Amino acid sequence: MNPRRTRRCAGVALTASMALVLSACGGTKTDSASGASGASASGSSCVNVSGNTIKLGFLNSTSGAMAISEQTVRDSLLLAADEINAAGGILGKKIEPIKEDGASDPPVFAEKMQKLLTQDCVAAVFGGWTSASRKAMLPVVEGNNGLLFYPVQYEGLEASKNIYYTGATTNQQIIPAMDFLKSKGVKTLFLAGSDYVFPRTANKIIKAYAATLDIKIVGEEYVPLDRDDWSAQVAKIVAAKPDFVFNTINGSSNVGFIKAYYEQGLTAATTPIVSVSIAEEEAPAMGVDLTGQYASWNYFQTVASPTNTKFVAAFKAKYGPNRPTSDPMEAAYTSLYLYKNIVEKAKSFAVKDVNAASGGVTFDAPEGTVTINGENHHIAKTSLIGQINANDLFDVVARSGAPIEPDPFLKGYSWWKP
Amino acid sequence: MRATPSREVLRSWSPLAGIAVFAVLLLVVAPAVLSPFRLDNLAKYSCWAMAAVGIGLAWGRGGMLVLGQGVFFGLGGYVMAMHLKLESAGAGQVPDFMALYGDGTMPLWWEPFRSSAFTLFAIVALPVLIASVLGYAIFKRRVKGAYFAILTQALAVAFATLLVATIQQTGGFNGLNNFSSFFGYNLYDPTNKRMLYTIAASLLVAMLLVVFQLRRSRFGELLVACRDGEERVRFLGHDPANVKLFAFVVAAVMASIGGAMYAPIVGIISPTDVGAPASLLLIAGVALGGRASLLGPALGAMAVGYGRSTLSESFPTQWTYFLGALFIVVILLIPAGLSSVLPRLWAPLRGRVGPARRLRESGATA
Repeated sequence: MNPRRTRRCAGVALTASMALVLSACGGTKTDSASGASGASASGSSCVNVSGNTIKLGFLNSTSGAMAISEQTVRDSLLLAADEINAAGGILGKKIEPIKEDGASDPPVFAEKMQKLLTQDCVAAVFGGWTSASRKAMLPVVEGNNGLLFYPVQYEGLEASKNIYYTGATTNQQIIPAMDFLKSKGVKTLFLAGSDYVFPRTANKIIKAYAATLDIKIVGEEYVPLDRDDWSAQVAKIVAAKPDFVFNTINGSSNVGFIKAYYEQGLTAATTPIVSVSIAEEEAPAMGVDLTGQYASWNYFQTVASPTNTKFVAAFKAKYGPNRPTSDPMEAAYTSLYLYKNIVEKAKSFAVKDVNAASGGVTFDAPEGTVTINGENHHIAKTSLIGQINANDLFDVVARSGAPIEPDPFLKGYSWWKP
Repeated sequence: MRATPSREVLRSWSPLAGIAVFAVLLLVVAPAVLSPFRLDNLAKYSCWAMAAVGIGLAWGRGGMLVLGQGVFFGLGGYVMAMHLKLESAGAGQVPDFMALYGDGTMPLWWEPFRSSAFTLFAIVALPVLIASVLGYAIFKRRVKGAYFAILTQALAVAFATLLVATIQQTGGFNGLNNFSSFFGYNLYDPTNKRMLYTIAASLLVAMLLVVFQLRRSRFGELLVACRDGEERVRFLGHDPANVKLFAFVVAAVMASIGGAMYAPIVGIISPTDVGAPASLLLIAGVALGGRASLLGPALGAMAVGYGRSTLSESFPTQWTYFLGALFIVVILLIPAGLSSVLPRLWAPLRGRVGPARRLRESGATA
């Protein structure tokens, strides 16, 4: 083929492709202009409430790095669904769970959320764990005017009308932990966290609050979530000799941190740790005896209440006697019951009616009585500080008197300037 | 025109017919039959397919195993996402996450991305610049084979780590998300979602046309020559480095444009979309479809996307094993990819038709 013809062909092909792209843009732009002015997303819901079942989406990672944690949430959601169905369902309708795998990948969470809302037409979705997964689902659940119940403690600073947050926000977990440290007479504190949103935000809050409590921050170290080597950072802790370490490390990186911690001679007796991500599931997996270390949560398996005794017994009966119950599992279990209570108060599954009725709805949860705040869609929860005992369970050593009202934007704290 | 077009001419133009069929399927049939959700998914697969078309050129024709195309995919994605983030924030405002996780001030290098024109320019110019500098250094030093593959893979890992580490500037692990509009169009609106799909599908078809033309040009011949005998090409007086560099840059631009469309379509771009696993999934798609064929890479990438969606819907717990098994089976049994199956089925068929027709023409049957 001679070069002149090649160039001519190239010209033709390029022109053709450009024309195609331009026509595609031009063609849709005109009819979308009217659509854009409407601004409202597709508000019409396709949820079918005529049958004697109601579809709910359970969206948790059952594959990938987060599966080990999120599977426990899935298990307790299924337990709650079984219990509710055995007792007659929600508004007389049996729950039909539609299970999807978020694959520990935020875009997959977005895709599956859209599938659940627009293909399966579920009335509400329960799940998500990492902040990244929640942030990925947020535009989808808002755009389709759906409902998400998110069961994990998180960094706050968010309140969507389409999301209910049944885990703790910072003023129900981080701030009570700081109050506890103050009561122990702590003067110096070292911060260790994974390098992502939750630890960064939590530490920003801790630093602001510590200044008013007269606690000195003597160090702050971050390691990416997928890295396990903490030896260099622990060496800095050894050198700084803090009274306490505040641990906001998440996931398996904790194993590397704890290993380095004990290898370099630090223990609960010399330099205790208060953690916000180590619970009953994680403590036995650390490979060292953690007795004496602390954690701040809103639920421990050892909480003494009739509802908790029932919850723990039911969970062990369904999944085996060796399976512990933990805070996110309890928050997920609670979220399904809260949804049931809201719907039965609203006498409707429609998002508009649910949101109108949600304020003040309570549930006698395993952690104690929880109440939904209709303004910010978080729930009032009792804060607990636990200390690990020889059985890798937590003994409650401090608790907030009454449930703490959720304050995701920390508006009630004068020292917080966003 | 001659009365009987030679078989040679027919063969050289038949890929164009393939592209035409593909274009009709994407732009006419799919929007008519698919639900908005499935169309949204197809839009996402099209973005991966764009990157795959580039990989097909660089790897299938040029023999460069680019294991780090996620870098360029992410480059385009983040550039677009930065613009969308600034657009959502409004004039003079700072993106929400900077106030939440940082000190509320915006780094200066974000500022130019307020301009849509600059953003569109950067989506093409940045990968050209980076791929040129990188490619020049690599190809002039005659780095190839496994070393080249390792280098590009390391680049993807480094880029993802950098993004995670610079949380105040790039959103870190969470990436950039929560966009409300796309160049003024509300992203929640179903009509606008269809528009995004049409743009993505059209861009994909356009890229196929570009690659079609590149393959039959003198450059295309040289590229294959470099793949099969680099030293001979050098001996004949050409510089293989320049040929490979051009293919590498084209592949980078295609990945970048794919990423730029991915951000508004999916609504999030995060380090998981640019790192090593994401890059490998792109390669897996290309291998599955057939790296040396024209349509194979695009179809393979779309098949992987479709497989991930549907397998995980049907088998929420075991789907990753099925996907893995699929890769193993294809690589073992059909190393040239799925697109090599059709011609192979076609050949004996044509062989059988041939004698039959000859028989008829000779008048053996009444």
